[in-house]
Amino acid sequence: MSRIQIGRFVNTQTVALAGVLVLNWVLFPGFFNIEWQDGRFFGSLIDVLNRGAPVAILAIGMTGVIATKGVDLSVGAVMAMSGAVAATLVVAGYPAPVAIGGALALGLLCGLWNGVLVAILDIQPIIATLVLMVAGRGIAQLITAGSIVTFSDPTLVFIGTGSLFGFPMPVVIAFVLMVLVTLLVRKTAIGLFIEAVGINRSAATLAGIKSRTLLLAVYGLSGLCAAIAGIIVAGDIRGADANNAGLWLELDAILAAVIGGTSLLGGRFSIPMSVVGALIIQAMNTGILVSGFPPEFNLVVKAGVITLILMIQSPLAGHVTAWIGRKKGEATR
Amino acid sequence: MSRSLRPLVATIVIFLIAYAAAVMQFPGLLSTRVLGNFLTDNAFLGITAVGMTFVIISGGIDLSVGAVIGFTGVFLAVMISSLGLHPLFAFAIALAVAALFGAAMGLAIHYLQMPSFIVTLAGMFLARGGASVITQDSIPIDHEFYSYISTLYFRLPGGGRLSFVGMLMVATFIVGAILAHRTKFGSYVYALGGNTVSASLMGVPVARTTVQIYMLSSVLACLAGIVFSLYTSAGYPLAAVGVELDAIGAVVIGGTLLTGGYGFVFGTFVGVMLLGLVQTYIIFDGTLSSWWTKIVIGMLLFLFIVLQRLVFAASARGDRSAEKA
Repeated sequence: MSRIQIGRFVNTQTVALAGVLVLNWVLFPGFFNIEWQDGRFFGSLIDVLNRGAPVAILAIGMTGVIATKGVDLSVGAVMAMSGAVAATLVVAGYPAPVAIGGALALGLLCGLWNGVLVAILDIQPIIATLVLMVAGRGIAQLITAGSIVTFSDPTLVFIGTGSLFGFPMPVVIAFVLMVLVTLLVRKTAIGLFIEAVGINRSAATLAGIKSRTLLLAVYGLSGLCAAIAGIIVAGDIRGADANNAGLWLELDAILAAVIGGTSLLGGRFSIPMSVVGALIIQAMNTGILVSGFPPEFNLVVKAGVITLILMIQSPLAGHVTAWIGRKKGEATR
Repeated sequence: MSRSLRPLVATIVIFLIAYAAAVMQFPGLLSTRVLGNFLTDNAFLGITAVGMTFVIISGGIDLSVGAVIGFTGVFLAVMISSLGLHPLFAFAIALAVAALFGAAMGLAIHYLQMPSFIVTLAGMFLARGGASVITQDSIPIDHEFYSYISTLYFRLPGGGRLSFVGMLMVATFIVGAILAHRTKFGSYVYALGGNTVSASLMGVPVARTTVQIYMLSSVLACLAGIVFSLYTSAGYPLAAVGVELDAIGAVVIGGTLLTGGYGFVFGTFVGVMLLGLVQTYIIFDGTLSSWWTKIVIGMLLFLFIVLQRLVFAASARGDRSAEKA
């Protein structure tokens, strides 16, 4: 029944990812080597997956938000806050499930707050989420009382650095989340509703879509994803750093979604392709590191690649290809 | 009172109430010394925010300004300290580079039809990355011209000092206000923010205006970078990280609508002063930690956004009842 169509997986994003990976391999011949040690895989490729997981998780939530013609600038700050909550709770002696539950609840709450501003008060998403982006890091510092809260709780550390089926735990979490959210939006009508709201919210509302509830849910999911990423990052460094956890990751997450073909004008999105976008960004970062280039070039190369990918995806490029296509058509006639 | 002035008046009233409340607690806040330092300390933010006001009125956003400030500092430090150029010559080159940079972003936004958000994000990476490629460290700028400028100030009654950079900021706001409210370019900017399609149908040169807006923003960010380098006497690639958000915050608090088409340069000035007031108050208090700044700014942003909505909702109702009558 469910025949896998290879063609569906050949597109700009996967070709770009393959290109970046091959380039990495040219620059660093050991790039594709994967070893099995102590019950898990090791290698640059696994490292790309592992390091890319937090941004991939953020990008899953961000994709839904952008598809409704919104944007969530607060995810980095929410990561810092939820990491701070998880860390302070375990340090205060609460068991890990309570700490994780508290962090996830906070993330959901932050997302819903953004959702209320956007859906009910009708505030522009970029500004509505700017509030929490600015205030959130302050709140995170309030939670940790200005210091880096370190912990050694085995469950939290396992989430950040452990492994399952030979894969690092963050990769497993990101993969499961991606599959669940993709199934949720593509096997039900929710994805269609999201796109409808993104294209024209008032038309969607008139057509009977509960756009307010939908927007609340979408922003809630984004906050929840940010909380998961925050727990992973805190577990990875065994501490909550209110200043630096998730710093600028909101921009990486937005980029990942855009590289993945999600339109910032709303109405078109793909969760798996956003994850591929996150991997492209991480593969570029890793590539610059392993190739021996100075890491300062990282941002410059990133800017170049973004511009290139955006130019390929821009409406202008569409017009040009259409024009060339027409010319070809005329020539054959 | 004109209905369209209401958000601006609301902003001013809130600033005055906040300032009065702060003065009641710390009478020292009223001195011209504090006011003078207010202008000096926020000069680079204010100059950046003027450019941001134009971008936001036109319906766009410029995320690259903080990175341009950082790049300018490093660029000047290398030109002056390593190559031995005169600062004024270095300023001219930096401003020209920034103008080209802004023009490139404006061209990409218009001709590639890409959202300004993403184009200026790429611009931010490019400028920040460019600065880091030049140097990773902080380079001191040691030139007699720099020490000369820092001695330039007006003495205000009461012992306060209005420094050169403070005056530069005030001048930028005045020129910005004239440009926005009294020139053809200004009305084009408002027209673009209202509706790009109808603006172009009405004969607004959309491409040229878009390019000019982002050039203006980058040039002002570069000027802010010059001010920042005068202020710190050094260039550092990570200087002014996050200033774009402070600038956007100041513009929003100043009553400019992010949907474009509405706003005042003077409102942005009040917004910058309000952000400065929060910071100064926290320094005066002494017991509050610096992270309270972020929380208070966040709360202010929220307050003003809700206020704007209420005011606009009220005027929309007013319009309707006026039509009925």
